[in-house]
Amino acid sequence: MEHADNIARAIEVSWLWLIPAFPLLGAALNGLFGARLQKRYGKPAVHTIAVGAMVLSCLVAEAVLWGKIFGAAPSDRFLENHLWTMWQSGALKVDLSFGIDPLGMVMTMIVTHVATLIHVYSVGYMADEPSYWRFFFWLNLFVFAMLLLVMGSNFLVMFFGWEGVGLCSWGLIAFWYTDLEKAKAGFKAFIVNRFGDFGFIIGLFILFWSLSGSWSSSGKYLPERRLSGRVLGTFAEPARLSQNGVRLGPTVEFRELRNQVVDEKSGVAERLSHMQLWGVPVLALICILFFVGAAGKSAQIPLYVWLPDAMAGPTPVSALIHAATMVTAGVYMVARLNFLFALSSAAMSVVACIGVLTALFAASIGFFQYDIKKVLAYSTVSQLGFMFIGVGVGAYWAGIFHLMTHAFFKACLFLGSGSVILACHHEQDMRKMGGLAKYTPITRWTYLIACVTIAGFPVASAFYSKDEILWKAWTAGSLAAPWLGQAIYLVGAIAALGTSYYMFRSYYMTFTGEYRGGSGHKDKERLEDPHSMAAHVHAHASALAHGEDGAQVAASTQPHQHDASHGAGPDPHHGGVPHESPKSMTYVLIALAAASILAGFIFGLPSAWTGQEPLLERFLAPSLPAAELVKFHEEPHATEFLFQLVGGVVIAGGGWLVARILYKDARSTAPARLKEMFPRVWALVYNKYYVDEIYQATVVRGALLLDRVAYWFDQNVIDSLVNFIALLGRAVAYFDKFIDEHLVDGAVNGIADLTLNGGRALRRLQTGHIQSYLYGALGGAIAFVILQYVIR
Amino acid sequence: MTSIGLPHFLIVGAALFALGMITVVTRRNAVGILMGVELILNAANVNFIAFNHYVEGPGKVTGQVFSIFVIVLAAAEAAVGLAIVLAIYQTFRTIDVQETDTLRQ
Repeated sequence: MEHADNIARAIEVSWLWLIPAFPLLGAALNGLFGARLQKRYGKPAVHTIAVGAMVLSCLVAEAVLWGKIFGAAPSDRFLENHLWTMWQSGALKVDLSFGIDPLGMVMTMIVTHVATLIHVYSVGYMADEPSYWRFFFWLNLFVFAMLLLVMGSNFLVMFFGWEGVGLCSWGLIAFWYTDLEKAKAGFKAFIVNRFGDFGFIIGLFILFWSLSGSWSSSGKYLPERRLSGRVLGTFAEPARLSQNGVRLGPTVEFRELRNQVVDEKSGVAERLSHMQLWGVPVLALICILFFVGAAGKSAQIPLYVWLPDAMAGPTPVSALIHAATMVTAGVYMVARLNFLFALSSAAMSVVACIGVLTALFAASIGFFQYDIKKVLAYSTVSQLGFMFIGVGVGAYWAGIFHLMTHAFFKACLFLGSGSVILACHHEQDMRKMGGLAKYTPITRWTYLIACVTIAGFPVASAFYSKDEILWKAWTAGSLAAPWLGQAIYLVGAIAALGTSYYMFRSYYMTFTGEYRGGSGHKDKERLEDPHSMAAHVHAHASALAHGEDGAQVAASTQPHQHDASHGAGPDPHHGGVPHESPKSMTYVLIALAAASILAGFIFGLPSAWTGQEPLLERFLAPSLPAAELVKFHEEPHATEFLFQLVGGVVIAGGGWLVARILYKDARSTAPARLKEMFPRVWALVYNKYYVDEIYQATVVRGALLLDRVAYWFDQNVIDSLVNFIALLGRAVAYFDKFIDEHLVDGAVNGIADLTLNGGRALRRLQTGHIQSYLYGALGGAIAFVILQYVIR
Repeated sequence: MTSIGLPHFLIVGAALFALGMITVVTRRNAVGILMGVELILNAANVNFIAFNHYVEGPGKVTGQVFSIFVIVLAAAEAAVGLAIVLAIYQTFRTIDVQETDTLRQ
């Protein structure tokens, strides 16, 4: 590709803003009027607004894809919609503008479509929720923030979305905020994310600073190598252009940044590679700080701890936010900044290593969890690790491809687990499930399909994405050490084996064997309770009515709304037996299962099979200029086939076999025996390696200690300073008071007394006796006469 | 024995004035005060007549005319003064000037 072609020029499309505008409008309507709408017109009014907004947003996104992107030449696939300039200060110019390039398009399509499906699913799942409108308000607001994140054409809009999804995540995890544990989980997610966001914004500052420079008289771009205290002026400097017409200088726009780095004539890439800040290569610093942000949002070591706890939220939320969209924001950001990461092998190695470690670590925790949603949560952390391997070793398209397939199959798994949880009357513990295949056939088949997908059997999409990632890791040539790629491959393969094992374990524990659940609604329903209060009161009332343990809720006068779909009239099985979910939920499951199978065939058939690059790789190429920079070893196709055989059959099949032997129909006693043989190992892994406890002991205790020190400092040092100053003030005031009372008041009173006494004395003269006046006059006259004589 | 001249008249006038003044100043009875005033006026008349007689001037009778005016004035003054005394009596039920001190108000 010619380099001049490589420079992205934006095409203005004035209606891109509609995509995020519809969810915002939906959120505004439900947020402001939702409670009244729900009271007056019922729940359909609320979900019509929310789902309607999502469908419209989806349609606009489709229109962009088919109308503007699909038929266009690769260089015409950069759409922008500039709304207005938010602020301008010196070299910094921040626009509110949206940009869609192929990468943004893929993300926008995933977000809008998966979100629409999950909105539809929520209509059934949340049917009994009293704060229905609040749920849809948060859900729509989340989609709005997520679309800002993926469509923002500059760092600031992206960061706004980045924070917005964090806020919505908090609001949805702590949706049932009356439960202290859930409220705590919400705060945990928010606070852990703040750590990552701090890295993000510091990275942004350093990047912005490192882009400043000046022109020399010879027309060559001269970077400023040291931290400069010079203020760039309050007006925008005239744009400096490279020979290829790329605007240079500090920028927050992704496209401009991309062009600066990609354009060799600008010298920006060269300068960034050599630039150092306090002895550290600045590019590695920037990328690793950005990756800290990504690790917070995408739940990588060491900031993954919030994601398993985030399962406290309603299951559709877990599917949408904590599996399909928000947690992939970090992967998206790394892919978005691929041109920066590709220049720093240190940063690439860090990303890939953290990714593979997370993948293995989270997969191993998943082995022994009993809570079905916890298994899926750790699985999500693990899969995100795979995506980071992809974007870390330089196979950006593969990372995004895995992101896409993961969005489908993990949403399917989560929604399937939601269906299971609803079927088992709000039971999440897999030890109390089993045998559900018979009662919930649709959920069972879709769950199985998603399991096959995630395990990596070659019939479904994750095989293509995961194997592409691992294959690229094996052949990676741009990492810090030549053996690192192979090491990542081996660890990643073990993690993939674990993935296959724990997913089939969850499948066999849930769907095969005999139903182990008790009868009726559990007391443990508070774990996951869209219907908590209603169900509880319900069961209790019927227990009173029948004088037994609430087993015969069937006779109850108010069947649950979610039961209404399977058969009219009283349901004889309602009490103790699981039941299939309503259609709005099962259809969504089927759609997602279909997508998780088909996505692989459509988008990512390996080049070793077809002789040409996969569709998605070709589609994403304009957004991922760095893909050409990253080197991979050439390996013969035969080797690749061998690896695919190992990955697709041995690894996936091995995990499946072990899980089948141990957990099929709950017949084997091996799991219990193994648990007894290695109790300490089991306890270590079951308790998630005590990471939460370690955080508690270090970070939380440290923060509390700091709090106590600060409190002590405040109480003793600051307060005594303040008191001392107050004392000084009081001393001055006393002195002043003395002066005031004795000098000033004395003078004033003295004058007053003088006047008073003078008046009192003079009053004597005014007797009213005419004769005394005459005495005066006479005396005066005599005195005058005498004086006359004396003076003369 | 020297003949009686101007100083003698002036001494008589001054004595009269002094007596009148003492009467006005010391008497507590309002009618007595009025009498004192008459003495003072008459002392002035003695002086007018004496100066008219001993001092050369353009008109030979100016002092005499003036003293007649004073007599008329004294009559009027006595009438007005007595009326005031009556008014005082009606107000205060006394004509003791020590009691009538409302002038200070």
